[in-house]
Amino acid sequence: MPASKADIIAQLQKEILPLQGFKSILNGTAVDTGLGSIHEAFPNTRFPLGAVHEFCCAGAEAAAATGGFIAGILAALMRTGGAALWISSSRTIFPPALKSFGIEPDKIVFVDLQKEKDILWAMEEALKCDGLAAVVGEMREISFTASRRLQLAVEQSGVTGFILHRNPRNVNTSACISRWQIIPLPSELADDLPGVGFPRWNVELLKIRNGKPGVWQMEWAAGRFRHISRITSASPEQQKKAG
Amino acid sequence: MPKRFVTIWFRHLETDWVILRRPLLHQQPFVLAAPDHGRMLVTKANALAQGRGVETGMAVADARTIISSLSVLNDKPGLSTQLLKGLAAWCIRYTPAVAIDPPEGLILDCTGCAHLWGSERAYLTDIITRLNGLGYHVRAAMADTIGAAWAMTRFGDDAAIIERGGQTAALLSLPSAALRLETDIIERLQKLGLRQVKDFIGMPRTALRRRFGQPFIQKLDQALGQEEELIQPVEPVASYRERLPCLEPIVTATGIEIALQRLLETLCHRLEQEQKGLRTAIFKGFRVDGRIEKIGIGTNRASHSSTHLFKLFELKLNSIEPALGIELFILEAQKVEDVSPVQEKLWANASGLDGIRLSELMDRLAGRIGADRIHRYIPDEHYWPERSVKAASSIHEKLNARWSIDRPRPLQLLSKPEPIDVTAPIPDYPPMLFRHKGKLHKIMKADGPERIEQEWWLQQGQHRDYYCVEDETGHRYWLFRSGHYAADRSYQWFIHGFFA
Repeated sequence: MPASKADIIAQLQKEILPLQGFKSILNGTAVDTGLGSIHEAFPNTRFPLGAVHEFCCAGAEAAAATGGFIAGILAALMRTGGAALWISSSRTIFPPALKSFGIEPDKIVFVDLQKEKDILWAMEEALKCDGLAAVVGEMREISFTASRRLQLAVEQSGVTGFILHRNPRNVNTSACISRWQIIPLPSELADDLPGVGFPRWNVELLKIRNGKPGVWQMEWAAGRFRHISRITSASPEQQKKAG
Repeated sequence: MPKRFVTIWFRHLETDWVILRRPLLHQQPFVLAAPDHGRMLVTKANALAQGRGVETGMAVADARTIISSLSVLNDKPGLSTQLLKGLAAWCIRYTPAVAIDPPEGLILDCTGCAHLWGSERAYLTDIITRLNGLGYHVRAAMADTIGAAWAMTRFGDDAAIIERGGQTAALLSLPSAALRLETDIIERLQKLGLRQVKDFIGMPRTALRRRFGQPFIQKLDQALGQEEELIQPVEPVASYRERLPCLEPIVTATGIEIALQRLLETLCHRLEQEQKGLRTAIFKGFRVDGRIEKIGIGTNRASHSSTHLFKLFELKLNSIEPALGIELFILEAQKVEDVSPVQEKLWANASGLDGIRLSELMDRLAGRIGADRIHRYIPDEHYWPERSVKAASSIHEKLNARWSIDRPRPLQLLSKPEPIDVTAPIPDYPPMLFRHKGKLHKIMKADGPERIEQEWWLQQGQHRDYYCVEDETGHRYWLFRSGHYAADRSYQWFIHGFFA
């Protein structure tokens, strides 16, 4: 019976996932990250918590877009009142802007470090601490061994980690559960109103363990993620409205 | 039980202390001096200087004319009280109740203590010889009342012991100043020819009270034992300090770790019993060659968890050099605060900033990378972007302003705005093109301007007109023009941030 065989396989896969250290529950409650249809790509259709996610971004503009996307997810993780750590070498995040992504900026502790080695150490220590909602680390590159250390740390504590590659010249294989690339897209306003619209991104899931990679277009509007069906590209002359 | 008191008089308290610290001064006359009305006044002179006529209250210039080779040292205010407190703490070995009697005395309530030394004579001799051995010139006496003992110390025989009830007889032949009276009362007594206690002790109390006031009668009664006198004993500082002497010098890292572990367990157990936690601690290793190796830690929240404290020390343990070996370890908690066990239970599961695990993590991070690298930001009531946030002084600092989202702010803000070249069509319009780091950006959409004025009470300079712009690839920037468009004044465009 092919139907029952498929059922058995699905059942087995569900049992295997927790054994592989896959968690989607934070402090006993499931967290809705508001990513909508992206959830289809994840195993169990839930955003994987207690894992390390890797983001590649080249340039300050992409870093800002990636930061915005992470902040949107972070807001969901911190909704229960948790604190987060943001570790970076040169802090450029402007705390008041995080408020528009639904985060209380005073709940984030910023750690500014010079050496890559110190960042990795601080990241590992922070990921071991199960009192945190999430840890974000900005670094230039990460070796496979280092990423495996981080993965081992989160499997113990259940903290979610985000790594931002500020300069991914050579992207290595890593033990992280996923790899993302966020690129800013031109914003659009309804009815051809002048001015700059809501932040829009091209979200590309390059790699996901036990899941299906994909590409989505999203917008951060009114405090939540929103999927955009298609990109309409009007002519530049029409778009140019200055206020 | 009838009380017994010992009073000690340090005749040259400050100068003895100076000689202890600088033994070379032992053979020479010197004075301590402090500035007063634009000149230096002698506040204390040592025995040699006093012997040659230098007195307290004399100008230093005058003293120099008497002794040309006089050394003059600066006097610290409050030095004598500080020294007396230290000596009082030392005297707790003789009796639990020791009080200081400024400017240069100590009062010991030795009721029921002297027999431990065999006799009262042995007790008093021990005090005098030991203090003399320390380098202080002292006189001491024992009596039933503080007043009588004080009088015998200053005016009676050296090391006098007055038998029970014998204070009246002992006081008779002493001068009236022995009763701890104020200067003007002593002068009045002198004028009336009442030079010794026996001259007025038989007079009617009402007459004495009328002439010299109630305080005089009180002092007299206190000296004679008819009125009780209370003292305020010094409280010994409870020191949170543990020591671990080693039979053999320790040279290995494992050995040091074991020593630290043991000391921490003893100290933390004690702190837990007393419901306290430490904020700073220092771990010292006394080396065989006489050097002291030490490491210190600090915590954000008072803690008595030995595992957490061990982790903090562990980060620094490798900086200890045992060399030939360490023979004594000392762990000292320098700053100790109350910690309530109920609160700790509450915070153990909290995941926010109050969480005990977060503060433990911060301690570990601060221990290795320094506390100045860890920041938490709170809003500040300024519009100027650089000043709109400030670093919180502690992890528990509350917000006194709200985070505002009514104006767009970039997620990435450059710490210093970078100058850009722009092409702008007409004044006060957003630019059409700008060049940043050699790359040309063509602006498709723009919002603005948002004018932010300088806060003139903090800083002088030009205002900024901010524009949010988006280029043809969808990158969003925060640009500003510093100052107005004007021919006679300079203006410049800058890039200040990147929107998400």
